[in-house]
Amino acid sequence: MSLGPETSLHDETTPTADAAQVRDPSEKAIAGRSLKQIAWRRLKKDRVAVGGGVIILVLILIAIVAPLLIKLFGHPFDEYHNDTIDPTLGLPLGKLGGISGDYLLGVEPVNGRDIFSRIVYGAQTTLTVAFLSAFLSTVLGVLFGMTAGFVGGWVDSIISRVMDFLLAFPQLLFSIALVSVLPQTMFGLNARWARTIVLICVIGFFGWPYIGRIVRGQTLSLREREFVEASRSLGARSPRILFREMLPNLAAPILVYTTLIIPTNILTEAALSFLGVGIPPPYPSWGGMLSDALQFYRYDPMFMIIPGAMIFITVLSFNLFGDGLRDALDPKAR
Amino acid sequence: MLAYLIRRLINAVVTLLVVTLVTFGVFFLVPKATGSDPALLYIGKQADPIAVEGIRTKLGLNDPIIVQYWKFLKGIVAGRDYSNGPDITHCSAPCLGYTFKTNQEVWPILIKALPITISLAIGAAVLWVLMGVLFGVISALRRGSIWDRGVMTVALAGVSLPIYFTGLLALSIFVYGLEWLPNAEYTPFFDNPIKWATGLILPWVTLAFLFAATYARLTRANMLETLGEDYIRTARAKGLKERTVIGKHGLRSGLTPLVTVFGLDVGALLGGAILTEAVFNLRGLGYWALQGIRQNDLPTILGVTLFAAFFIVIMNLIVDLLYGVIDPRVRLG
Repeated sequence: MSLGPETSLHDETTPTADAAQVRDPSEKAIAGRSLKQIAWRRLKKDRVAVGGGVIILVLILIAIVAPLLIKLFGHPFDEYHNDTIDPTLGLPLGKLGGISGDYLLGVEPVNGRDIFSRIVYGAQTTLTVAFLSAFLSTVLGVLFGMTAGFVGGWVDSIISRVMDFLLAFPQLLFSIALVSVLPQTMFGLNARWARTIVLICVIGFFGWPYIGRIVRGQTLSLREREFVEASRSLGARSPRILFREMLPNLAAPILVYTTLIIPTNILTEAALSFLGVGIPPPYPSWGGMLSDALQFYRYDPMFMIIPGAMIFITVLSFNLFGDGLRDALDPKAR
Repeated sequence: MLAYLIRRLINAVVTLLVVTLVTFGVFFLVPKATGSDPALLYIGKQADPIAVEGIRTKLGLNDPIIVQYWKFLKGIVAGRDYSNGPDITHCSAPCLGYTFKTNQEVWPILIKALPITISLAIGAAVLWVLMGVLFGVISALRRGSIWDRGVMTVALAGVSLPIYFTGLLALSIFVYGLEWLPNAEYTPFFDNPIKWATGLILPWVTLAFLFAATYARLTRANMLETLGEDYIRTARAKGLKERTVIGKHGLRSGLTPLVTVFGLDVGALLGGAILTEAVFNLRGLGYWALQGIRQNDLPTILGVTLFAAFFIVIMNLIVDLLYGVIDPRVRLG
């Protein structure tokens, strides 16, 4: 997916009052549009992608106002409510895992913690980890990918070899092992945020080769283009060529692959929490809730379905939005 | 071709060495940094200092890391002796050491777990390739139809579902709800092939569904790209039957990229389907990996990582060799 040199993503100017628009209305107006405008128009038309985008925005909003939401509609996430639990079975009283006006999504078996608050706090963790690790992967991927593609030679060989190696590495296994040996608290942060940072670093680190490969390939082909040659013959130095000439042309693929790496990160974070090396209890995470549900799902299926459905909806929304974005930015598509 | 083969083989061996070196480095350095002592893990917290020192000498934990790594490699190839004066324990040829907690040899544990993981991976792989490629090709051929949109919707849902959720759903519906299937369990194939299949069918289908979704999407995209190529138009123009155009010309180049992905996926799965095994409670390599990690058992972690890396490297090698057969450009390059 290479974009022409004239299609700058940062071109905000809209062509107004040009020849195309002052012409007779019966003639078809031909106006130049920047890629950003074309992509935005296409994206707005794509109802599925817009739907995904709206759900993502709602989830982000929920994560930001989490404390307020819990004050209004929930109970503190680690508060036990023994009165909502059947003392002999350890299961929630009432239908569907104890869903009621007081407990919007029911309560956990045995200790009766409010599932709604735990889901809301889980959204906070999940989105923080997913976004920041995607950001880390992108920064590393762009940095190493552009260096490899632009400098070439032995630098390229080394970076490419490292990327191949990381892609052929038992990643999940290694992440689990790595996360489990690192200390639970660091830098004066509590266990929740310390572990969040560890997760961001580990997931972000293993994600960069995917973006790095794509950026390297694009850089390789851009390097040979006429506009780069023109820029160099005008006396531009490497940093200018890299950041002012090539980076804007790489923006579209980078944006698409960053969006598409987020759902993968959500699944990895949930997997690590499910396996017991993610966010430590009593702090909530969707993967951790599923792992708690392992003992109870036969008797209290809602306890498993709610966090599972949240993971599914979130990942699906990001996939839908990412697919739509890719199609919208694809210069070959019409 | 021979030069190509040798180059690939050397590459594979180097990758394996690097993977073990990195794993070894991380898991022997991290305990030092965090202040936990492998010797203490091995013998228990309340041991007296003399016994701990004895264990340390016996396991060679006082040696520099390079020496320890060398002994580890030597143990795999030729076996090794753990000795502290007169107290000698011999660990024969493929030696991966002893588990810290239970003091068992790691190698036999993993070898016993291997058939479970292999059964799981191969069965699921066959299912997902058949389903994924079939649905993907039909979708590509009928682009825009109801069938295409339906399949792609299901596939998109499939790539967004984690196995630790679908697995639990499948269990609660088919095992506990409808009672159509027995709970997942492993019976060796040669003991009872029918029980082997019925015990694994649920994990196979659950795992295959997720992968098939990815493969259907990939196949469709690749096929659409291939069918837009000029040579397909040429093949049609010279009057070939549509079946020949698709079957002989389209599939060959449309499915080539899939070989790479398939190799990587199967390789990764053979090294331990950690999540699947955790959900269905199967005791394959993934189970032992998790067990090792939970108990901080370095030899087990190292052993499983080595197995996992081995499978990934082997599958990569097979893919590269297959590419040499499928794609003539590779041989010349």
